[in-house]
Amino acid sequence: MSDIPLPKSSVTRVSQRGAEKGLPWWLLPWLASAVVLLALPFIFRSDTYLTVMSLMGIAIVFALSYNMMLGQTGMLSFGHAVYYGLGAYFVVHTMNWAIATRAPIPLPLMPLVGGFAGLAFAIIFGWLSTKRSGTTFSMISLGLAELVGSSSLILRTFFGGEEGVTTNRTKLLRLTDWTFGSQFQMYYLIAGWCLISAIAMYALTRTPFGRMCNAVRENPERAQFVGYNPQVVRYIAFCLSGFFAGVAGALAGINFELANANLFGASQSGTVLLATFIGGIGTFVGPVLGAVLVSYLQVMLSDITEVWQLYFGLMFIAVVMFAPGGLAGLVLMHVPLLRAGVLGRVVPSYLLALIPTAMLLVGVVMLIEMTVQLAVKQSEGPVMKLFGVAFNANLPGPWLVMLMLLAGAFVLFRLISPRMGTAWDNARSAAAERGMVV
Amino acid sequence: MSDAPALEIRNLKKSFGPAEIIRGVNLAVPKGERHAVIGPNGAGKSTLFNLISGLLVPTSGDVLLNGEKISGRPAYEINRRGLSRSFQVTNIFPRMSVFENVRCGVLWSAKQKYAFWRGVEAAPGVNERTEKVLEEIGLVERRNVLAGVLTYAEQRALEIGVTIAGGADVILLDEPTAGMSRHETDVAVGLIRRISEGRTLMIVEHDMGVVFGLADRISVLVYGEIIATGPPAEIRASAKVKEAYLGEEAHA
Repeated sequence: MSDIPLPKSSVTRVSQRGAEKGLPWWLLPWLASAVVLLALPFIFRSDTYLTVMSLMGIAIVFALSYNMMLGQTGMLSFGHAVYYGLGAYFVVHTMNWAIATRAPIPLPLMPLVGGFAGLAFAIIFGWLSTKRSGTTFSMISLGLAELVGSSSLILRTFFGGEEGVTTNRTKLLRLTDWTFGSQFQMYYLIAGWCLISAIAMYALTRTPFGRMCNAVRENPERAQFVGYNPQVVRYIAFCLSGFFAGVAGALAGINFELANANLFGASQSGTVLLATFIGGIGTFVGPVLGAVLVSYLQVMLSDITEVWQLYFGLMFIAVVMFAPGGLAGLVLMHVPLLRAGVLGRVVPSYLLALIPTAMLLVGVVMLIEMTVQLAVKQSEGPVMKLFGVAFNANLPGPWLVMLMLLAGAFVLFRLISPRMGTAWDNARSAAAERGMVV
Repeated sequence: MSDAPALEIRNLKKSFGPAEIIRGVNLAVPKGERHAVIGPNGAGKSTLFNLISGLLVPTSGDVLLNGEKISGRPAYEINRRGLSRSFQVTNIFPRMSVFENVRCGVLWSAKQKYAFWRGVEAAPGVNERTEKVLEEIGLVERRNVLAGVLTYAEQRALEIGVTIAGGADVILLDEPTAGMSRHETDVAVGLIRRISEGRTLMIVEHDMGVVFGLADRISVLVYGEIIATGPPAEIRASAKVKEAYLGEEAHA
């Protein structure tokens, strides 16, 4: 993880505060996370929420494992779902085996099986792919994903063809009276593994190896001249990342009681890339934010619109173009302003920008949905309902409104953006005067 | 072993396609010497450093470090054996703090290797050694700043810091004062003098003031060949050197 240059005073203040209480200060965020994870099912009680939160937990582990490579070590993989999918398959098969032979393995330990499966395949495939870096590495990862994807169609006894392989998570050895049959209990299994994995992956960034991952990302040539072989650093990062991807996949397999080829498909590899990038690859929490948002949207958007993936793509493009640091990057940009007490100077211009942003969003949604109505849903006729308003997409009126919204948003943005720029520069130089920006 | 020169180069050659850049260099640098390599642009000075440090593989010939052959070995292995180098173009870890930059230089020699099972803060001696290097290069106050936003002179000092952090006993510095003001150069020369205390130093430098003030011996590299090696006074007096190199500098 890249370190944010904190002003010296604040660094010492934080560590002193922790020392006074006799509690290591770095423990606090984890304790807080544990409390939040424990409390969530009592705040969001419905089955839908429990399902979504379970998916979020799985996605967080997967995205964090992905960022060990992308954000920490600078390796862009297009085939990370291979280790996720294999983790799911191995856990499902192991569960079925344990059920058949009455092997005394409780369900909460099963994600480890997925982890070791992910690790084992990462050791094999990584040995090949991490010999190269940059674009070549990305291409090899894509090729390996295709390889495993097509094997799944050939090795039908293991991969179960199109239906996949099913299991029953309630039939394993029980240590308590929890069967993990309900989504409520399943949520806690996922939350527990999510927290353990996140702590482990964070701890990894604070080891000598973790620091050299950053060094290899920054400047692989220089890393050689401080005694490190960048290939070895990449290989270890790849293997450890494969382990946690396997854990995430195993959680998915247990959650769905199913492993099928979708789990290691290209779209799964794409989703984890999107989530990680949208959250922000430059910080440890970025992928967590991205995973939460993307899982939420996947469930919620797919209820509202058929072409939710299209919105997804647009969002990704917007983030890459306008906020390359992702959501976490946007937040972090404003931390020095908050510290310097000048955040208020940029807020008015942001509020002003909300108007064209809303216009743009409504315009884009109209454009997409009207097109879909006419081109895809012809059988339903041209009358549709959007934002609670019913209208006929065959008439010129709605199209005119859409065009005016888009044009208006464009003009307003042009008018407002200099103002935003000035406000930002002012706030930033004020923060710099107070020593909050380097 | 102990009487072997710190660095010995035997009939070293390097060609890129048909172009022979290093054309049979022979040189022995005894332990503890400050040795400067000078020569006109394009003479092959940086290529020579790249061959010694393992960035390039020689076409023929050998490089020996403390009597052991290192040529043909990968750069990281040469570094582990005690030869460390800086670069002509600043070559640091830009989005890491100054402290982290130096610490990366310390880790391997502190036997941390690829350890992913223990914390970096708890590694014995690592932070202490990092602090010492920061003090030495005068960047203690800037420790939490990202290396990429340092001033040029500070980046050059950090470059040297990363180079010496591993405790190598043979140090190669590639134009450490290039692009610096007079004052910055004086500060840098003071730093180089301090860090080369008790070490073997090989330095490529264009600033003749720096070279003649610092070096115990000087080698003159012209078109891939060393045309003269000797103490500063001898080099200054050499007609051959004047003709090939110093003359044109004097006119410039």
